[in-house]
Amino acid sequence: MDDLYTLVDHEKPYRYKEGDLTVTRGSAWNGPGCHLGCGVLLYTNDDGELVKVEGDPENPYNQGRLCVRCLDTLESVYNKDRLLHPMKRAREDRGKDKWERISWEEALDIVADNLNRIKEEYGAESVIFQQGTGRDIAPWITRLCWSFGSPNYCFGMSGMSCFLPRVAGCAATTGAMWVADYSQQFADRYDDPEWEVPGVVVVWGNNPVVANSDGAYGHWVIDVMKRGAKLITVDPRRTWLANHSDAYLQIRPGTDAALALGMLNVIIKEKLYDEDFVDRWCYGFEELAERASSFPLDKVEEITWVPKEKIANAARLIATSKSAAFQWGVAIDMTKEAIPAGQAIAALFEITGNIDNPGGMIAPPSILPYSGGWGQELIPQAQKEKRIGLDKYALLNFGFQMASTDELVKTIETEDPYPIKAAWIQTTNPIANTAPDPERTLNAYRKLDFIACVDLYMTPTAMALADVLLPAAMFPERDGIRCGDNAQRGEAINKVVSVGECRSDQEINLELGKRLNPGAWPWRDVEEMYGEVLACTGMTFSELREKAPAYLPFTYRKYEKGMLRGDGQPGFNTSTGRIELWSTFYDQAGLDPLPYFEEPTPGPGSTPELLDEYPLVVTTGARNWSMFHSEHRQVPRLRNMHPDPIIQINPKTARDLGIEQGDWVWVENQRGRCKRKAELTPIVDERVCSTDAAWWFPEEPGAEDEGLFGMWDVNIGKLIGYEPGKAGFGSNYKTLLCKVYKA
Amino acid sequence: MSKYALLIDTNWCTGCHTCEMACQIEHGYPMDEFGIKLAHIGPWQITEDNWQDAWVPVPTEQCDTCAMRRANGKPPTCVSHCQAQCIEFGEVGELAGRANERGISLFVI
Repeated sequence: MDDLYTLVDHEKPYRYKEGDLTVTRGSAWNGPGCHLGCGVLLYTNDDGELVKVEGDPENPYNQGRLCVRCLDTLESVYNKDRLLHPMKRAREDRGKDKWERISWEEALDIVADNLNRIKEEYGAESVIFQQGTGRDIAPWITRLCWSFGSPNYCFGMSGMSCFLPRVAGCAATTGAMWVADYSQQFADRYDDPEWEVPGVVVVWGNNPVVANSDGAYGHWVIDVMKRGAKLITVDPRRTWLANHSDAYLQIRPGTDAALALGMLNVIIKEKLYDEDFVDRWCYGFEELAERASSFPLDKVEEITWVPKEKIANAARLIATSKSAAFQWGVAIDMTKEAIPAGQAIAALFEITGNIDNPGGMIAPPSILPYSGGWGQELIPQAQKEKRIGLDKYALLNFGFQMASTDELVKTIETEDPYPIKAAWIQTTNPIANTAPDPERTLNAYRKLDFIACVDLYMTPTAMALADVLLPAAMFPERDGIRCGDNAQRGEAINKVVSVGECRSDQEINLELGKRLNPGAWPWRDVEEMYGEVLACTGMTFSELREKAPAYLPFTYRKYEKGMLRGDGQPGFNTSTGRIELWSTFYDQAGLDPLPYFEEPTPGPGSTPELLDEYPLVVTTGARNWSMFHSEHRQVPRLRNMHPDPIIQINPKTARDLGIEQGDWVWVENQRGRCKRKAELTPIVDERVCSTDAAWWFPEEPGAEDEGLFGMWDVNIGKLIGYEPGKAGFGSNYKTLLCKVYKA
Repeated sequence: MSKYALLIDTNWCTGCHTCEMACQIEHGYPMDEFGIKLAHIGPWQITEDNWQDAWVPVPTEQCDTCAMRRANGKPPTCVSHCQAQCIEFGEVGELAGRANERGISLFVI
């Protein structure tokens, strides 16, 4: 089977000696850290200690490069705050630092007994299975959830506003997810003869060099710029990329759909779109053209605050470049009407023919379809239909098979249509991070009879809620395979050390799965379990780890070759077989079949009356080099790089408000307030400020009556509500109104 | 005796701090000491659409050219790990002629 896969020539076996040290090649998927899974070399000494982590120059993915977080892995692995053994706590002691150390056997038995008890009494649907960011959890937790019989796999963010809206939206309208082509699917990368440099990269709604979002290594943008790609950046902040762009559009947060519709209008009116592609492969172009025509640039300028000449020029650059790769990001998901915003932006690459083309947008090859979970056949149909939110939001049928977070919180509160009684919360810290309205969220979860958490550290979420807390291994402490987002490659994660009694997420899921439904978990150990996933590759895990990374076969323009549809016909995996610019599915689901723009609420366009009280637009969740989501606050060198939560304010605005550089300020809206340190910078508009998110202070007291690690003062979620878009996806995380004043 | 240098194409440096961290970890420097340190020149507006916004990694007294790594045939750690791949290491004589474009800096160590 090897000839199916393109391998990288390795000079050495996956584990070898270098002087006194042992070097192990592998992938850094996670936690700690991001979605990527960069190739790393893990150095261990004769005492079995991890002594250094370096980038693997042989790995085509990152080509030896590494960011500060992986370089500083040792301070994470050997961090004094690590959870080292399973613990339990009486339910009435939730929130108190009253933990009792227990064995793994006891811990897993307690979890299994409680989940089974609740299943017996209320039905399996009364147990939710929650994960957070793109860790190596989705396949295993979905299997755990579905084999237990619960349809309620979930993610604690209003409107599931991270990646999922784009995935579901693309799946519904094109049958696939589309990512920018940086040659990541080829072992020989930029040298591959099939690949072409993108004519232009369109960075829209993320700062990729910092964020590394959705499986795209951010500095690939730099790589392709060096090779001649032009750059367009759409961002409310004038980032380094913005300042090095051929066109920079400083957009008002939350108005992306209007901007995209305005650009579509230019491209269609000036007949710059790919007529042949539209004619042969798209559905509903006339309707799209009509919709776009209601976005003349005067109007779009007024909405987006971007000068109309700049909009027109950027639109022309996209349409006239030989290819355009859209590096689109979470800012699109983190607005309430995320689905039509993503649909409008996707239409830009669709009508310009940037689909499955070299240097354009590609559907990432996969070993295990990441968004589909693993083991959908395990849950009975009758249980499947009980998924929370499915009756209200038909789009939940596409992409990740998750419950609606917003409906779930309501269901916990009201017990309608059935009670939720237990939660399995795996390596996610929603209370400090993704959850809007943390007070409401906590109160809802407090109702549950039983909560088990798995994590690397004690977090505000675990301290407030867990009855059983299980310590998770970090990537150097586990064996694994990387089957995450973006182009998958056969990539092995190789264990080199053990810390305390920590176990990998996969082992925890396997061991718990065996207790809950042994038939669905027939494997002796995780290696055997990986063998099942890898069976289609013809490799065992131990073979893969020697050969990794293994690249899957890849073909451009699969739609012409009948490679995208189950029936083998040319076209796309939609009901019309075409890319649906006018969506038959949205139409049937009672949604607008075309992309549209709605003013963010509250916002300058929808609630001008609030501007007296809350004059600034605030966008949240800005990424920092040294931190990933709510992680790394306890890692000395990384925290030192960014010690405080900050808010970026234009110097003129700050002067008017009497705020100076470094002042602590309150950021407040109609829902609540949180503290930030002011950073005065001209990279934000005078009417806009930008803040980071997911803050807590591991060094502060954790017990709930002592402040949950200082979380309450700095939780930006207090300004955000459970208010998803019409399709159930998207929520206003990145566009709120606020006032800022000295603390 | 030949001198070494870092040739840095500051046109591409994004300010990711990887060079600083890689160097600190390699040498065991405390977090407030650096063998290479970034300077941020900007951001400020020059003309309507032209902004000054550049990062420049500058080797310090504590840069030892990663002599130990090089003895094992590896480039200095800042070079290996630089995410923008904008740092090159070599002998001054070899690199000097290439410092001939705006934004390319040669730091003799």
